[in-house]
Amino acid sequence: MVSAVFHSPLEASGAAPVVSTTPSKTMNKVAAHAEFTGATASKSLQKPAFDWRGFWLVVLPPLLGFGLLVGIWALVSISTASSIPSPTDTYQQALVIFSDPFYRNGPNDQGVGWNILMSLQRVAVGFGLAAAVGIPVGFAVGRFEFLSRMFNPLISLLRPVSPLAWLPIGLLVFKGADPAAIWTIFICSIWPMIINTAVGVQRVPQDYMNVARVLNLSEWKIVTKILFPSVLPYMLTGVRLAVGTAWLVIVAAEMLTGGVGIGFWVWDEWNNLNVKNIIIAIFVIGIVGLILEYALIKVATAFTFEEVKS
Amino acid sequence: MNPNQTSKFIDIVGVEQTFKTKKGPFCALQGIHLTVAKGEFVALIGHSGCGKSTLLNLIAGLTTPTQGHLLCDNREIAGPGPDRAVVFQNHSLLPWLTCFENIYLGVERVFGAANKSTGAPSESKAQLIQRTDAALALVGLTPAAQKRPGEISGGMKQRVGIARALAMEPKVLLMDEPFGALDALTRAKLQDELLEIVAKTKATVVMVTHDVDEAVLLSDKIVMMTNGPSATIGEVLSVKLARPRNRVELAEDRHYVQYRKAVIDFLYTRQSHVEKAA
Repeated sequence: MVSAVFHSPLEASGAAPVVSTTPSKTMNKVAAHAEFTGATASKSLQKPAFDWRGFWLVVLPPLLGFGLLVGIWALVSISTASSIPSPTDTYQQALVIFSDPFYRNGPNDQGVGWNILMSLQRVAVGFGLAAAVGIPVGFAVGRFEFLSRMFNPLISLLRPVSPLAWLPIGLLVFKGADPAAIWTIFICSIWPMIINTAVGVQRVPQDYMNVARVLNLSEWKIVTKILFPSVLPYMLTGVRLAVGTAWLVIVAAEMLTGGVGIGFWVWDEWNNLNVKNIIIAIFVIGIVGLILEYALIKVATAFTFEEVKS
Repeated sequence: MNPNQTSKFIDIVGVEQTFKTKKGPFCALQGIHLTVAKGEFVALIGHSGCGKSTLLNLIAGLTTPTQGHLLCDNREIAGPGPDRAVVFQNHSLLPWLTCFENIYLGVERVFGAANKSTGAPSESKAQLIQRTDAALALVGLTPAAQKRPGEISGGMKQRVGIARALAMEPKVLLMDEPFGALDALTRAKLQDELLEIVAKTKATVVMVTHDVDEAVLLSDKIVMMTNGPSATIGEVLSVKLARPRNRVELAEDRHYVQYRKAVIDFLYTRQSHVEKAA
C-alpha cells in the first residue's frame, strides 16, 4: 500500500535530473543530424544534442500533476472564502517558518526542524527495537515449521489491529507519552519485518540448502553464508514497508500523546486554528516519507544480487 | 584393504523409494541392487522421470530410502556429507560469493577442522587457500577466481561446481546431469576435462545423464534404468574401452559403436515410451 502511494512520484523525481532516458532513439537522431550539419556550420551547432522533447516528456507530466493539485487547492480556497488558505499565502508562511526551523520558545513552541527530528528519532528507536526483535523472530519462524505453526495464528490475529489501539497499553505500562509513542511504532513495524523475513527464509532455493547439507555446514555458517544473503532482499522489503507504516503512524500517535513532534505540531496548529501551518506540515510529512522510502530502495537494490532477482 | 572393500565401495542393497503424494504413495524406485568399485566411473542412464536423480540423491544421503540400505566404504549412508560431494545440475553456486569463496566454503569445512575419522589435523589458512587455488587451477579458472557467478558463463559456473566438489577430496563424486544445461561444444570440452581430472585424481564417480555418447565416452559401467513408476535397473553394461579415451578416435572404434548401439537399443527399442505430459 505504502509503496503504491510513493512509487509514481518517486519514479518521476528520480528520473527528472537524468534527461532523456527513454527516447534515446530521438536523441541519436538529433545527434546524427547535428553531426551532419556541424561539418559545414559553426562549432556551436554541434552542441544541440540536448534532447528537448525527451526533457519535456520527463519534466512536463509531474509539473502538470503539481499544477493540477495547486489549481484545485486554489479553487477550494476561493470557494471556502479563504478558510482554507490559498497556495500563495501558505507559501509566504512556509518561507517564514523555514527561515528559522530550529528555535525554542519553551516546550510547546519549537521550530519545525525540532519537531521533525523528534518524530524521526521516535520512529528510529521504535523501528530499531522492532528490527532487533522482528528479524530474528522472522528467521526462526521461517526456519522451523513448528514455530511457524505456533506464531502464524498470533500474527494473523494481531496484525490487522490498528497500532493506535496499542497506545493505551503503552501509556499504562510505560507511564509516559514518549515511550508509549515508541511502543506504538514498535508494534506497527514488527509485523512486516517478521512476515517478510519468514517468507524470505522459506523461499531460500532448495538447491542452496542442499549445498549446505552436502558441505555439512554448521548452523552458524548456514545462517551467515546462505540464509542471510538470500533473505536480505526480502528483509529489506519488510524494512521498507515497516518504515512507511511507522511514518504514517507516528503522526497519529503524536497527535494523541503530545510533546514535541510533527504530529503534535499539526494538532497544536489546529488548536491555534493556523491552517496554513497544517498544510505546510502535510507537505513536510510527505517529503520526509518520500526521502525515507527512496533511501531504503537504494539500499535494497545495492544488496540484491543478479541471480536472486530472477 | 580387503578386496571386498574395493569392489563394493558403494553397495546398494534392495533399495526402494516411495514418495507420499496427494494421490497416495508413489513408488519411484524398486528393487535396486548395485555395487560400485573404488575408482570406477558409473553412469546412470534412462528416460526422464525414471528415478536416476532419486537414486543419486539416495547415494548423496539427501533422501533416505523407504526400504533397503546403502553402504559407502562399509558404512551406512545416514545423511549427506562432504565425503560424497555432489555436482548439481544447475551448478548451485552461491551468487553472493566469488568463485574462490564458493570453493573455499567447502574446503574450509573439510580441512579447516581436525578430522576425527582419518586423524588428519586441521590445516592452516594458507594451506586452505592453496587447496582452493589448486582446485581453481585444475578446472582452468584461476583468472576468474574473484568473479561472482553472475559474471561468468554457464560452462564456467559448472566448472566451479566441479572444482568445489573436487576440492573437498571426496570419496565419491556424484554428478547430476552436470553438463545437461550446456551447449554441445562446451559440453564436449568439459567432458574431456572431466576425463583428464578423473584420470589424475582416480576418483570414484556416479553420474546421472541422458546423453548416450557421454555415458559411453566417460564410464566404465553404464547402468540402464527402466521407466518409472517403480523403476529399477534394467541392464548393466560394462564399457571396456582403453583409457585415455579420445572422442575423435573412438568415433570410428568398432567397440564404441557397439556399446553405443546397445544403450540406444535399450533406451529406444525396449524402454521406448511416449511421455504424456512432455
